[in-house]
Amino acid sequence: MLHTTIGNIGHLFIILSFVASLISTFGYFKSVQTTDLLEQASWKRFSRFAFYIHGAAVIGIISVLYTIIYKHYFEYHYAWSHSSKALPVYYIISCFWEGQEGSFLLWIFWHAVLGIVLINTNKHWEAPVMAIFGAVQVFLCSMILGVVLPVIDLKIGSSPFLLMREAMPDLPVWAMKPDFVPEDGNGLNPLLQNYWMVIHPPTLFLGFATTLIPFAYAIAGLWRKEFSSWIRPALPWALVSALVLGVGIIMGGYWAYETLNFGGYWNWDPVENASFVPWLVLVAAIHCMIIYKNNEAALRTSYILVIATFVLVLYSTFLNRSGILGEASVHSFTDLGLSGQLLIYMLFFLFVAIVLLVIRWKDIPSDEKEVSTYSREFWIFMGATTLCLSSFQIIAATSLPVYNKIVEGLGFVSKLAPPADAPTYYSKFQLWFGVGIAIFSGIGQSFWWRKIKKETLSKHLLTPLLLSLILTFVAIFFTTKAQVGDFFGTPTYIILLFAGIFSIITNGAILLDIFKGNYKLSGGAVTHIGVAMMLLGILFSSGYSKVVSINNSGFAISEKDEAFTKDNDKENKENVILWLNTPSEMSDYTLTYKGVRVEGRELPEYLHPKQVELIENDFHAVALEDIVQQGKKYYSAGDTLPVFPENKFYEIDFRDKEGKITTLFPRFQINKKMGNAPSPALKHTIGGDLYTYVALAPNLEEKEWSKTENFTVALKDTFFLNDYVAVLDQVKRVDTYEGKPLGPNDAAVQATIKVMGKDFRPYEVNPIFVIKEGLVAMPAIENDEIGVRAKFTNIDPKTGQFGFAINTTQRDFIILKAIQKPLINLLWLGTLVLIVGFVMAIIRRYREFKLMRDKGF
Amino acid sequence: MKKTHIIGLIIIAIAVAILVSTGTEASTYVDFSVAENMAKTGDKDQVHVVGKLKKDATGNIQDLVYNPTLDANHLEFMLIDNNGREQKVVYNAPKPQDMGRAEQMVIIGNMDGNVFKCEKILLKCPSKYQDGKVEFKEAKPEKQS
Repeated sequence: MLHTTIGNIGHLFIILSFVASLISTFGYFKSVQTTDLLEQASWKRFSRFAFYIHGAAVIGIISVLYTIIYKHYFEYHYAWSHSSKALPVYYIISCFWEGQEGSFLLWIFWHAVLGIVLINTNKHWEAPVMAIFGAVQVFLCSMILGVVLPVIDLKIGSSPFLLMREAMPDLPVWAMKPDFVPEDGNGLNPLLQNYWMVIHPPTLFLGFATTLIPFAYAIAGLWRKEFSSWIRPALPWALVSALVLGVGIIMGGYWAYETLNFGGYWNWDPVENASFVPWLVLVAAIHCMIIYKNNEAALRTSYILVIATFVLVLYSTFLNRSGILGEASVHSFTDLGLSGQLLIYMLFFLFVAIVLLVIRWKDIPSDEKEVSTYSREFWIFMGATTLCLSSFQIIAATSLPVYNKIVEGLGFVSKLAPPADAPTYYSKFQLWFGVGIAIFSGIGQSFWWRKIKKETLSKHLLTPLLLSLILTFVAIFFTTKAQVGDFFGTPTYIILLFAGIFSIITNGAILLDIFKGNYKLSGGAVTHIGVAMMLLGILFSSGYSKVVSINNSGFAISEKDEAFTKDNDKENKENVILWLNTPSEMSDYTLTYKGVRVEGRELPEYLHPKQVELIENDFHAVALEDIVQQGKKYYSAGDTLPVFPENKFYEIDFRDKEGKITTLFPRFQINKKMGNAPSPALKHTIGGDLYTYVALAPNLEEKEWSKTENFTVALKDTFFLNDYVAVLDQVKRVDTYEGKPLGPNDAAVQATIKVMGKDFRPYEVNPIFVIKEGLVAMPAIENDEIGVRAKFTNIDPKTGQFGFAINTTQRDFIILKAIQKPLINLLWLGTLVLIVGFVMAIIRRYREFKLMRDKGF
Repeated sequence: MKKTHIIGLIIIAIAVAILVSTGTEASTYVDFSVAENMAKTGDKDQVHVVGKLKKDATGNIQDLVYNPTLDANHLEFMLIDNNGREQKVVYNAPKPQDMGRAEQMVIIGNMDGNVFKCEKILLKCPSKYQDGKVEFKEAKPEKQS
């Protein structure tokens, strides 16, 4: 049975939301344009109603899509491609935004919510602001409209309510069976099955959505020629936006740090960059909005930056969703054929904003007098300029694939590729912008609060300067002593270290002063301290991240190629081999790889593979024994339990010099959607993280066994097993087989073969020969530690000799990479401080706005 | 000249420097012959080469050398670029797990003598969405109870 009705309802809601937003935009537009007060009010009431209808329709779309995913209606392409029956309920919400349509929907949803909040908090600006909101919603709804215009045969948008047969009409199955329903979905990418992916996308999209508010106010200000009064209501929202977008970006970084194996939280991937650039510009805009009262020159800049922020959000959307990044990014969306529509969306608002700005430019009040170097505005301007240059550098390099397309569009050939080593390339510039931001934030804050004049300059700035210099040398001394990093190897790092410390000291001193007066004003100082801490955290954790898994095994590398032997001698061997149950040394630790583990869905600890048998093509396993964890019995033998079959965890013991053992479980994921993916395990300490991941696990695939070799040996005979010396130690009678006692007519003998492994470590293989109910059984016994499979094949009572059939294989091992990330906690702590600072600033600015609004300004 | 003008000029200078560096430091997509010529002229810039692994008729990878027990950080393979030229590539890191499945790959590095020294490998794995090759079973009718 196809559930076609529900999809039709969903599609109807989409069309309704589209039409309602169109009507609302038109109504609000009329309300701004008319001068008649009564007419204004009536248009406003009408459009407000239309916007509420739009909001209700959006909720309707979301409910319908959620129902389709939740109820596993796999006749719908969206449910089929983004979810599956195996998906735990708490991740179903993530299916929503895995696809483009769903993430557009999330964006539309936030705009609808924010629009309703604005309608109810600011009547004065309602009409022009909501006209912009409505227009944006029209464009966004058109992305999921999924309507084909007749006559010109133009498809507008891609609906999330497409049936399988509509989305993939070429499949042969439709000819035979038009109402075919797939049994199961393709599933949510297992890499996204992570709690961060439940909260990161909504946060990021709320961040994107909130950038619309200052933009809408700015346009409204230009439109109604109220050139400066828009800033007061827009400022708290700009701060909210910077907070939410910033937190969303950091969340994404933390997810990447925990889940992906590129070794860090930021990879300068175009998708990451595209969300970071609008944030930088937004922060610059906020600074200009704060100083416009004292310096009207900042007003024009505020306009430009607020508009740029919003347009850059649209540009980032275009980059991520149009498929233009192609090979340049690992995580952009697949192309839905919306690039044209996205381009029109971006260009429309860019065009409207620029035209309006040009028309009104002359009327915007501005200050022509020279800004004094001893004024606070000057230093804040410098800070904002640094932020803009920083964002300019990032976007200029991120847009390389766009230049190729433009040049190709003009009929030439361009084969520019992204910088080969993105982190080094970007850091080279961004390091200096970081220095600038830290220094200017310190000086700017001092000027802001201390009324510094030419004569008092040294009095105010000399002490922090000297103190910072001293602390910088202390920091260098201790980091060198603790062997965290060698500052003299890269002297530029000293400058960033100094800048960060200087910023913390100056802002800290100001914070102390403000706290004595009115702590509510200290948001700025707190935020800047947070930023400086983050910069220092990034400096240490990335600048001095150190690979500690150095291969000291002493094996000669490729001796075939002379050109390479000389290079290879210099090459860092940055991965270690860990043999199963064989301790080996790495940096300050002794490592022991203890084997693969299975992840149960409802268990506190991992399972030993011998405890369960996985059911193929399913997410369940059968317990082979009672499963008891942390003193509680979870399952009895024979029970079925849910597992994550795609995840393999490798248990590794890290024993430090004091003998303390930490067990880490780096993960390896057999990811059908995007290829296998290793995820790191982190050992957190106050001084930093030890970041480890399995670079290669060769035994993931079927083991390859050697040809069977037959041995006939007597007791205490020695022979060679997989290149190791082995001794048949004893053969004795046993009374049980496979855990069950044997019957009166049955018999079993078990051999003990002792093997001298690597470094003279002893291992045992115990093959068994069984006669049960008249039948002979000789099960193959495996030992992964030495890579041997043995069968007890024969007993010859006459000669006293025993026969064994042996196969050998590669011993079980993994290849591990481990990286030290010193002082990374400074980055996360700085983030928290930044959040606190932003929240304080938001509260302050919102109070100011409310006070003035209620007074009728 | 006013101070703001000087600052403005400095900003423009930085912006121009950024643009120039973006243009000059960007890598390029090339084939092996170009990479070889670059190496001969002493150009040490890293380049991107798009190509396919050398495979036999049955799809087995040919001439791939990887012996993790000897050295886990040494991989050699043959890549065929879009012009059909075969080239030995050396990668001093563990073998990417999915290498065999990749239909196309991008290697980043430069030529060094007779071999291409590769610093980074990007794999393009066939996606389930492409080619209309969809594997799925039909839902069984639910039992009436």
